[in-house]
Amino acid sequence: MELPMSAEHSNSRWLPWHAIGVFGFLYLPIVTLIVYSFNGAGVGGFPPRNLTLDWYRMLFADDAIWESVLNSLVVAFAAMAISLAFGIPAALALDRANFPGKTLFRRLVLLPLILPGIITGLSLLMLFREADVKLSLLTIVLGHGTALISVATTEVFAGLQKMDRAQEEASLDLGANYWQTFWRITIPNLRLSIIGAALLIFTLSMDEIAVSFFLIGRDNTLPLEIWGRLRRGITPEINAISSIIFVFSLIAIVGWYRLRMGSEAVPEIVTEVVKAA
Amino acid sequence: MFSRAYKAAITLPPLLWVVAFLLMPYALLFCYSFWSVSPSQTIVHAWTLDNYRELFRVNVYLQTLFRSMWIAARVMIFSLLLGYPLAYFLSFYAGVRKDLFYQLVIIPLWVSYLVRAYAWKTILGSDGVLNTLLQYVHLTKHPLEFLLYSPFAVVLTLTHIYTPFAFLPIYASLEHIPRNLVEASHDLGASPLQTFWRVVFPLSIPGVLAGATFAFVLSFGDFLAPLLLGGPSGIMISNIVVSLFGAAYNWPLGAAISFCMLLLVLALLLLSEKLEKKWSFR
Amino acid sequence: MTTITEPALARSSESGMRPLLDIRNIAKSFGKNPVLRNICLQIAEGEFLTILGESGSGKTTLLRIIAGFESADAGEILMESERLDLLPPYRRRVNTVFQQYALFPHLSVEDNVAYGLRVAKLPKAEIAARVSESLGMVKMSTFAGAKPANISGGQQQRVALARALVNRPRLLLLDEPLSALDANLRRQMQVELKSLQREVGISFVFVTHDQEEAMVMSDRIALLRKGGMEQVASPREIYSRPATAYTAQFIGHTNLLRGEVRTGIARCHSLSWRVELPDGQALFSLRPENIRVVGSATGNLETNFVRVRGTIQQQAFHGATDLLQIVCDDGLSLSVRTATRENRQGEVLLEFSPADAVPVRESLDRN
Repeated sequence: MELPMSAEHSNSRWLPWHAIGVFGFLYLPIVTLIVYSFNGAGVGGFPPRNLTLDWYRMLFADDAIWESVLNSLVVAFAAMAISLAFGIPAALALDRANFPGKTLFRRLVLLPLILPGIITGLSLLMLFREADVKLSLLTIVLGHGTALISVATTEVFAGLQKMDRAQEEASLDLGANYWQTFWRITIPNLRLSIIGAALLIFTLSMDEIAVSFFLIGRDNTLPLEIWGRLRRGITPEINAISSIIFVFSLIAIVGWYRLRMGSEAVPEIVTEVVKAA
Repeated sequence: MFSRAYKAAITLPPLLWVVAFLLMPYALLFCYSFWSVSPSQTIVHAWTLDNYRELFRVNVYLQTLFRSMWIAARVMIFSLLLGYPLAYFLSFYAGVRKDLFYQLVIIPLWVSYLVRAYAWKTILGSDGVLNTLLQYVHLTKHPLEFLLYSPFAVVLTLTHIYTPFAFLPIYASLEHIPRNLVEASHDLGASPLQTFWRVVFPLSIPGVLAGATFAFVLSFGDFLAPLLLGGPSGIMISNIVVSLFGAAYNWPLGAAISFCMLLLVLALLLLSEKLEKKWSFR
Repeated sequence: MTTITEPALARSSESGMRPLLDIRNIAKSFGKNPVLRNICLQIAEGEFLTILGESGSGKTTLLRIIAGFESADAGEILMESERLDLLPPYRRRVNTVFQQYALFPHLSVEDNVAYGLRVAKLPKAEIAARVSESLGMVKMSTFAGAKPANISGGQQQRVALARALVNRPRLLLLDEPLSALDANLRRQMQVELKSLQREVGISFVFVTHDQEEAMVMSDRIALLRKGGMEQVASPREIYSRPATAYTAQFIGHTNLLRGEVRTGIARCHSLSWRVELPDGQALFSLRPENIRVVGSATGNLETNFVRVRGTIQQQAFHGATDLLQIVCDDGLSLSVRTATRENRQGEVLLEFSPADAVPVRESLDRN
């Protein structure tokens, strides 16, 4: 509902300008990054000149980067699998089961989302140390999977609140047992939430640094590969890969949003965390 | 309606996983903080309070801790100042374009953190975009040094990263305010400004608290931005922890500091929760 | 023939007073959808006027335009000869009781009621006095410190009323305030609202879709249909002299008799009676309670009454009365309301007076 015209005071005329300013602030760095990925003279310097695709060419020839991309993809899919496999039951458990320690469980599941990533990363590092597990992509998968369970849980939990409970009751009434009802009715109804969660988990995993930092073995994920190069010096090649990452993130998040729009209002992950906490 | 077997099946797997990979690690963190490291770089599992004593004895730890909190506080304030009017604009004035604007706000949120921090690094450097731009239009003759490798750069970058985080809960709480309350306020003679202070803002406080908490807590524990952009004067507590797990090799001390951070964060979360409940009128 | 909008003007010119509110040619569309067409209405001081209509009739939109939450596309509204429609809602001497009450959840009952007075920066003592007077009027004094979340729907409604009235508006608007209450509470509130209005003496404009409610409470009813004013009259007038077929059917039950008039005689199926109407097609509204079942004692039959035989098809028990569906020998179907009696069956003889067959117009086609 918009305020009627007569209420749009001179008081609030600055609001649209503020909004433009904030959007500018949010997008300026990204736009700059993309523009300079085509800059012949490299990163920095104004104005940009010598527009070239050289950096992109260099990027595509860079094997180490693509190896890390592959690693990241593998990790992301595996993390997705773990997060969903444990996050979906967790959401169901929070919704319909009562057990001692339920509150602790709920808070614990949501903790990695709000806690600074390094604390979770460190803690897992210590676990693997004590258990004498060597650091590798596997440990990263376990780290991501654990940290991102909360994403799956909150999305699926929200989806459960919107679901028509009577459908499950009808299924049981018609003779299907719990297992059948789960696969035939519950999961299909949660389809949108699950896909949304999967998309989000994937995106977050691809970008994850804090936890990965401590659990990395010999194989790098993409963010850590970029990070390593940054320590050695800035090259516009990094701009190029960053621009590509931006485009993919854009597609992923817009896709996620459209998906959720299909099912009514958008539940923000962040506020759900707050409400559930 | 659901059998015990069903409930057990949905509860046990996640419960076990969480105990194994969340509860135990955090418990281990706690334990490590009481252990120590031997000269031969192995962990000595003997219980001692040395790490905590060290933490309070050596100045640099406390100094960095307070600097981190001060940086986090500034990020929190700026994120709120940027995020609240934006959320208000979207919720009450954006009309049909509300959706589009919302997407525009959350897109940067999910674009790689590293990418965005890196972007600021290229902008703020002495050869960076901003400095060369300023010199190009003759506003300055020399590069401004404070732009990069300073707390300023860290606060700027973190504000950029966490403003959308602050925006989201504020927007959600504003959206939850029934519009007929705004109409009722107008009906009773209050102008839009009065309506904002008497009705809209009080009802949005839970969202503001949530946004502030996120911005503060996540900034406080950040280690990437200070590493990339902070320079020596911009080091934050997480960087110290990272080095203790890396080159400085003192895991127990690092664990002690981390555990303190954990307690601080939990305390803030609890406080925030209490305040939110007090200001929630559902 | 009844008049449609004349009663409004006639009444105010009777009393010799200017109308409090003068709504002139108000029109409003949402996109391509016309919601209000050329609405003219006058509201007198101290009267209880109900805007009655189905959903989609535009009644809520009209109310919101008066309150100031929507602006009309055309026309003007004058309050005591000054342009009301040019003012924002917070400058109009009009207050609204909202359909869902719209109480401020973060303020107590008394802070809610005091809101308008505080905004106007009245002195504290005066605010306290008026608030307690207002709460007393709606019998909510003991709940002064409670929060809206902790009181019932009916109680919230009273608080909403107090909150609006405490500001002493010239006009009070009520947007279907009773629709969320259950039947008994509703009836009780109807009586209370009516007596409150009498006590306070200001004009109430009440919006509802419930025609019974409208008849019970109003001094006058303005019936809206598809954005146009169908009829404005007192409840008795609108009931016994409906102007159109729609009015006759919307308010209460009726039988619509379609017939033809020739040389002063109206004919409908096998029935005929004298009328003073020009020749042509005619439509008549006959209320079920005006049709009598004639007893076997056929002694004193009035000569000019219309009579017809028929068979009872259905009997619906309505507590104090029965509503009978009767098919007459000539095929005409009639609803008849009689005193209740169990198990009516078989053939009956019906009669009614021609004066009770009220001629009505077809409603104007509005798209």
